[in-house]
Amino acid sequence: MSTHGAMAPTVAVVRRTWTSAVAAVALACILGVLVTVPWWASQGLQRDFVEFFTLLTMAQMWNLLAGYAGLVSIGQQAFIGIGGYSLYMLGDRGGVHPFGAVVLGGLVAAAISIPAAALAFRLRGGYFAIGTWVIAEVLALLTLNGTDFGLDLGGGVGVTIYSAALLDRGLRAHGTYWLALGAGAGAVLVAYALLCSRVGLALTAIRDDETAARSLGVNVLRTKVLVWIVAAFGCGVAGGVWFLNLVRVDPAAAYTVNWTAYMIFIVVIGGIGTIEGPIVGTIVFFVLQQELANYGVWYLIILGSVAVLVAVFVRGGIWGVVERRFGLNLFPVQRRVRIDPR
Amino acid sequence: MLGGLYALFATGLSLVFGVMRLVNLAHGDLIVLASFLSLVIVDNVGWNPFTTLVLVIPLMAALGFALQYLLLNYTLDSGLAPILATFGLSVIIQNALLEQFSADQQRLHVGSIETDSIRITSEISIGWFSLIMFLVAVLLLVGLQLLIRRTRLGRSLRATSDDQRTAQLVGIDNRTLYAVAMAISLVTAAIAGVFLGVYTNFDASSGPARLIFGFEAVIIGGLGSLWGTLAGGIVLGVSQAIGAEISIGWGDLAGNLVFLAILLVRPRGLFPGPEPE
Repeated sequence: MSTHGAMAPTVAVVRRTWTSAVAAVALACILGVLVTVPWWASQGLQRDFVEFFTLLTMAQMWNLLAGYAGLVSIGQQAFIGIGGYSLYMLGDRGGVHPFGAVVLGGLVAAAISIPAAALAFRLRGGYFAIGTWVIAEVLALLTLNGTDFGLDLGGGVGVTIYSAALLDRGLRAHGTYWLALGAGAGAVLVAYALLCSRVGLALTAIRDDETAARSLGVNVLRTKVLVWIVAAFGCGVAGGVWFLNLVRVDPAAAYTVNWTAYMIFIVVIGGIGTIEGPIVGTIVFFVLQQELANYGVWYLIILGSVAVLVAVFVRGGIWGVVERRFGLNLFPVQRRVRIDPR
Repeated sequence: MLGGLYALFATGLSLVFGVMRLVNLAHGDLIVLASFLSLVIVDNVGWNPFTTLVLVIPLMAALGFALQYLLLNYTLDSGLAPILATFGLSVIIQNALLEQFSADQQRLHVGSIETDSIRITSEISIGWFSLIMFLVAVLLLVGLQLLIRRTRLGRSLRATSDDQRTAQLVGIDNRTLYAVAMAISLVTAAIAGVFLGVYTNFDASSGPARLIFGFEAVIIGGLGSLWGTLAGGIVLGVSQAIGAEISIGWGDLAGNLVFLAILLVRPRGLFPGPEPE
C-alpha cells in the first residue's frame, strides 16, 4: 500500500480571499444604503450622487478599454453624445418613456460602436487614440449639421428634452438617481464578471503577450471588439443619465473631449487595470472638483499635471500603491493556487 | 495651399513616431502655443510675426528637448504611458492658454501681404501669403529629408528608428537623441504655428483640430513616406475646401470623411512607404 498519494498536497485554484468576502458583504451593505438615498437626502446631495455614479460608470468603461484591452480611446465622448441624443430622439420623437430611452440609448451606442470599430481597429496604439477622436468629431459635426440631411437635432444650440422635462419632478429625480446608481453599480459588476469569465482570461493573456495569446487560440480581435462594444454601451447609458439630469443636450456639451479627459484622469490617478482604481479615482476627482471649483480651469490643469506625473512615475496609481503595500484586493479577478499540505 | 501646412503638422508628428514610436497627442496644442508665443512678442516688442520666429523657434526647441529629456523619456518602456502623458500635456497646455489668453479668437498680422494676390486669370488668383506658406512648407520638408538622409544626426535617427538596442550598442545615446528629435519636431511646430496664426484665427482650444489634421495627413498619405505626407496634406486641404464650398459647416466634416473613407479602402494610405518589418 502506497502512502504517496495521501501525502501529496492537494492543490486548489481559488479566487476569493477573506478580504474579498468581507468586502463583498460591506459593498452589498453600502449598496443597500445607497438605494435608499432619495428617501432621505437633500436634492443637492442626490444630484452630486448622480454625477458621481455617471463619472464612475464612464471611468469603469474606459478602464476596461485601456487597463485590460490595451485600447486607449480618446473618443468615448462619441458614445456619451449618442446616449444624450438617443434620449432626445427616442423620448421626444419616439414616445419611449425617458427612463427606458436611457437604457435603449446604451444599445444605440453599442450598435454604432460596431462600424466605428471597423474603422478604428485598423489603427494601433497612439494612432488608434486619434482615430477614435476623429470618429467622435465626425459624430459631433453630423449632429451639428443634422438639418443638412433631414435630421433636425437643434444644431449648435441643442435641444430641450421635453419628455424628461415634463415628468413629475419627484419621479424624475428618483428615477434619474436609481438609473445612475444602477449604471454605476452595474458597471462595476459587469467589469468584475467580465474579468472573471473566459474573456477576462483572454484579456490577461493578451495584455501579457499578444502574439503568444494568439498562438494559443485566443481570438484577440473578437475579445477586444467585445470590450469596445461593452464600453460603448456603458458610456451611452452614462450619457443618457447625464442629460436626463440636465434635461438639455447640445453638441458642445455632449461631444466634448473633456469627458474622455475626466475618464483618463480618474482611472490613471485611481489606478489603471484594477476595478478598485476607478472607484478610488472617482472619489478623488469628485472631491478635487468640489474643492477647486472656484479656481476655474485651474482644476483641470492641476488634475492633468497629477495625472501626467502618475502616468509616468507611479504607474499603478493610488490603488496600485495600496495593493502593493497591503496586499489588499477587494475584487479579486486573478486566480491563486493554494496548496494545502497534509 | 493649406495642404503644405498640414504636411508640416504631420511631419512633426511622424518624426517622433518614427524615431521613438511616440504619438505626441499634445502636438496640436504645442503648435497653438507657438502661435501664442509669437503673439506675445508681437504685442510687447512690436516685431513682425515672421521676425518672432528668431525667438519662437529656439524657445520651442528648448521646450521640446526638456519635455522629452525630463518627462517623456521615462514613458517609452510602456505602451500606455506615452499616450496618457501626452494627452495630459495636451489638456494642461490647452487650459493654461485658456487661463492666460481667454477663449478669444486671435490672429497674427503681417500687413498687406496677407491679402495681396497674383492674378493668373480673371477667375483664378493665388494669395501671395498662401504661396509663400506652401513653398516654406515644401522647403522645410526637403530640408528635413536632407537632414535625415545626409547628416550624422540623421544617420543616428534612422539607426535608432530601425533598431533601438543595436543603435545603443554602437554608442548612440538614445535619451539625448530622442530629446533632439522632439526638439526638431517642435521647430516644425513653431514654424507651423506662426504661419497658421497669420493664415487663420486661433484660440486656446484650436490644438486638437491641428493634431487631427496632421494625423489625417499622415494616414491619408501613408506612414513612412515624406512625399506621401505632403500629398496627404494636399488631399486633406482640398477636401476641406470643397466641403466648405458645399455648406459652411461641412469643411472639417468633408476632410474627416475623406480620411475615414481612405482608412476603410486603403488603410495603408495612398502612397505607403516600404512595408515595415
